[in-house]
Amino acid sequence: MEFLVDKYADKLRRAGLCENPVVGGLDDVLVWNRGADPAWTARLTPVFGRMNISGLVFGCPAEPFATILEFLAAEYPDGFAPKDTETRTFLHELPVIHEFTPKAVADVLGRRKSVIIATPSVMGIAAHGSVTPEQGFVTFSSVCFSSFVLFFSEYLRHVRAGTVSPARRTAFEAAVAHLEPMVEQGPELACGPFADREAALQAMVEAGRATVEYRLVDSYFGNISCLLNQELLISQTGSSLDELPGLIDFCPLDGSSTACLTASSELTAHSQVYAKAGGRAILHGHPRFTVILSMDCAERGQNVTCEIGKLDLCHVKCPAKRYLSGEDGGVPIVPGEVGTGPNGLANTLPAAMTGRGAAAVWGHGLFTLGNTDFNQPFQALLDIENGCRRRYFATVDAAEGRR
Amino acid sequence: MMNASEESRTGLCGTGQSLTGWTGRILSVDLSTRKIGTMELSHETYATWIGGKGLAGFLLRPQITLAWDNPFMPIIFMTGPLVGTIAPTSGRGVLMTRSPLTGTVGDSSFGGALATQLKRSGWDGVVITGQSEELVGIEIKDAEVQIVSAEPLRGLGTEAVFRALANKGSVACIGPAGENGSLLACVMVDRHHAAGRGGLGASLGAKQLKYLSVSGTGRVAVADRILLKKAREDIVRLTMASPALMGQQGFACFGTGAVFDLMDARRMMPTDNFRSTHFSDAGKVNAFAYRERYQPEKYGCKGCHIQCKKVRPGVGGGERRAMPEFETMSHFTALIGNTDMDLVLEINALLNDLGIDTIGAGATLACYREIDRQEKGHRVMDASEILELLQGMAQGPEHLGGGSRRYATAHELPWASMSVKGQELSAYDPRGAYGMALAYATSTRGGCHLRAYPISHEILRKPVATDRFTFSGKARIVKIAEDTNAVVDSLTACKFIFFAAGLEEYARAYSAVTGLETTAQDLLRAGERIYFHDRVMNGINGFSIRDDDLPMRFFSEAGSSGGGVEIKPINRKEFYQARERYYRIRGLDERGKPLREKADELGVAW
Repeated sequence: MEFLVDKYADKLRRAGLCENPVVGGLDDVLVWNRGADPAWTARLTPVFGRMNISGLVFGCPAEPFATILEFLAAEYPDGFAPKDTETRTFLHELPVIHEFTPKAVADVLGRRKSVIIATPSVMGIAAHGSVTPEQGFVTFSSVCFSSFVLFFSEYLRHVRAGTVSPARRTAFEAAVAHLEPMVEQGPELACGPFADREAALQAMVEAGRATVEYRLVDSYFGNISCLLNQELLISQTGSSLDELPGLIDFCPLDGSSTACLTASSELTAHSQVYAKAGGRAILHGHPRFTVILSMDCAERGQNVTCEIGKLDLCHVKCPAKRYLSGEDGGVPIVPGEVGTGPNGLANTLPAAMTGRGAAAVWGHGLFTLGNTDFNQPFQALLDIENGCRRRYFATVDAAEGRR
Repeated sequence: MMNASEESRTGLCGTGQSLTGWTGRILSVDLSTRKIGTMELSHETYATWIGGKGLAGFLLRPQITLAWDNPFMPIIFMTGPLVGTIAPTSGRGVLMTRSPLTGTVGDSSFGGALATQLKRSGWDGVVITGQSEELVGIEIKDAEVQIVSAEPLRGLGTEAVFRALANKGSVACIGPAGENGSLLACVMVDRHHAAGRGGLGASLGAKQLKYLSVSGTGRVAVADRILLKKAREDIVRLTMASPALMGQQGFACFGTGAVFDLMDARRMMPTDNFRSTHFSDAGKVNAFAYRERYQPEKYGCKGCHIQCKKVRPGVGGGERRAMPEFETMSHFTALIGNTDMDLVLEINALLNDLGIDTIGAGATLACYREIDRQEKGHRVMDASEILELLQGMAQGPEHLGGGSRRYATAHELPWASMSVKGQELSAYDPRGAYGMALAYATSTRGGCHLRAYPISHEILRKPVATDRFTFSGKARIVKIAEDTNAVVDSLTACKFIFFAAGLEEYARAYSAVTGLETTAQDLLRAGERIYFHDRVMNGINGFSIRDDDLPMRFFSEAGSSGGGVEIKPINRKEFYQARERYYRIRGLDERGKPLREKADELGVAW
């Protein structure tokens, strides 16, 4: 347990999400990560007494998330529900409380995975897990991601409408000042075609790690695959892309074994992309500005008031042909939920990937395809995200100029 | 025929409050006196024990010290508040009594449509006591209940019973095994489903109850349909995102057999009576091979969108037959050294017809095979001998019909029984997943994989992956999972959907159905109460630390290492330390007996 609490505290730091995280793990004895602030642990220990849980993560988020959450907690004092896939599927909503007591925290964590704590002296996130502290880490990360997406999406909407409040503008400028600089060039990754399983595995491990290092996924999750002879190699469900050794499944294309039952939930989407669009390597990440623009349809006139939009079904039924660049021929945006259900992205993604070699899924993330190895899809992931970020701020600037 | 609503009411503390989710009425049938009545419980009792396993345990408790075949020992079919609503996978029910096989609390979740029909007929459950002088059936059609002679069905297999009762709605019945008192007897439900474990078919046999049929036409009241619809959408969305359930290799496509290859790949497929953990012929008898050979169709419980059950088309227009579940696939191949899929199908059909638990039968056969080799030297067991032995299990509690522990003990080779508390282990070798090892030992009904199902996180990586070769953290994980699954069996829903959704989402559904604002932690607290109640009942009957243990083999023999995985014997000291931690977390003393203060804290009668 000591290993786990230290591991996830360290991951929160390395991901730039929190500088002084507090991670607790309970079997029969409660342990906290090394360096956990005793003032926080004293306040959080009673939470374990109020809940049947195994792990608890708390931390004051680093910038720009602190600024973003402070603003959102004031804007939505009871909580908010971003429209991205992460929230819609797993978090459902992000509750906010304004007192930092064990009872208040436990009351909310009793019904949801996370709680944002906003008091005059504390701006924090608490999240729990019934199995391990990892669940708290994942949720903490997802709260940061979803809040980021909501904050920047809302700013775009308000700036277009000319309704940006002074507080929102101040928060926006502060958050933007904390954004990390763009990186234009990806790393040099192993060149394909891969001779054998071992070479393919090493290439996947390398590309997965780089995807995390370049902050192109949230919670370390995304997925990665490559096609080798009659096998599809793909990361396992719930695996962290920076910890892939031993967590890659080998799926025979003829389906003759179900030993890869643990493969990513996007296995079908990946295999269909290879079948329809060709290629040998797929990367899937959750780059933030790509996700923000995938949900932005205001440029298409008043389509936000279309019937699908009114029903809040854009994520599964958006009928429009949309592109991240806003122009035909760019990276297409398709609707689709996680997995293989009738509304699953496995039904929409493969056709969209054909030709362009990349496609975004509404509110979810970006898939990129390579012909031989991960150099091409990695650079595409980076370029598309950078392009989305530039376009986002260009749109904001233009809208503010108009106003 | 009697109209139960006009018969005697043995109200416990009826309040007259209107209920949603529950009907507020439990049918009582005394087979000795043929008296049919209605029990009404307070709203508070429903809220405290939820339904299904929880409520059945509450009703079982006063009689738990009776012998399993005492006429006053109740047999309880119970539904939960979500049954009959649009809450996903909520068509299940629970059968509970004292287990003939183990002497522990004996409960088994069953699928099909029986629970839904029962609820739609206006009953939350049925409590059956007494002992009939002739073989009978109980027939429920909405409020009308009758006890009818089933003598014409005596000795018949379940298939013939289902055919004979085709117009009676949903049916639960026993085969010859139950009638004859085999301790491996199960209760078959709607032809393809079973209340499999614990020998509960013998309980029906002891009461001379051949079947229960139910047909209902009512609707279940729901407090907030809009909120329930939203909860359903959230749960279904999570299901669709689950590779284990809905992925191209998941349960929806391959049934539970989807786990087969994975277990072998992880070197934890019980082989040769658990003497090894890798079956070299696994690839020849996996789920893909079954699909290629038999082209099974999707099938499932009422109210389920996953449809994990697989059936094969009937020959010559005959009834469809259930394909073997994962445990049956595994135990009748790897565990006994068989590679003939046709034989596995024949065995599956035979055991379903006889009304025998396939897990118990497979493990008992493997035990017999090992003892036979020990006593007579190596020999090959052919198909006809296997089928004959299985037929013999239905003849009564003697010989193999008493299960592996009795058989091995009678042969003075008790170590050959791969069981816990007398119940045979299922198809997950504990040397390959230490949480599973602990969960087998602590299970209140003996060697059961479903009480905590650590395979979910140790193998399937849900909700997150854990290190399968460590006991670190597992005591609390197992305890919380037991509590969670106790809730699932009380709602009553399917455990498999919890690979994807959680109590967070089901609490919303429960609140919407019942109108009781409830959080996930509230439900978990109820689950803790329900599971602790099991321990209290077992404790009263003398179960303690010596029963929370694994067969010696797992501590002394290695499994089949390979593929980069080493399968060592379980470190006994570490296992015991984990068990000690579990006892502390569960609120038990160092001998595994429930602590009074914990019972008081949870509101469990002492």
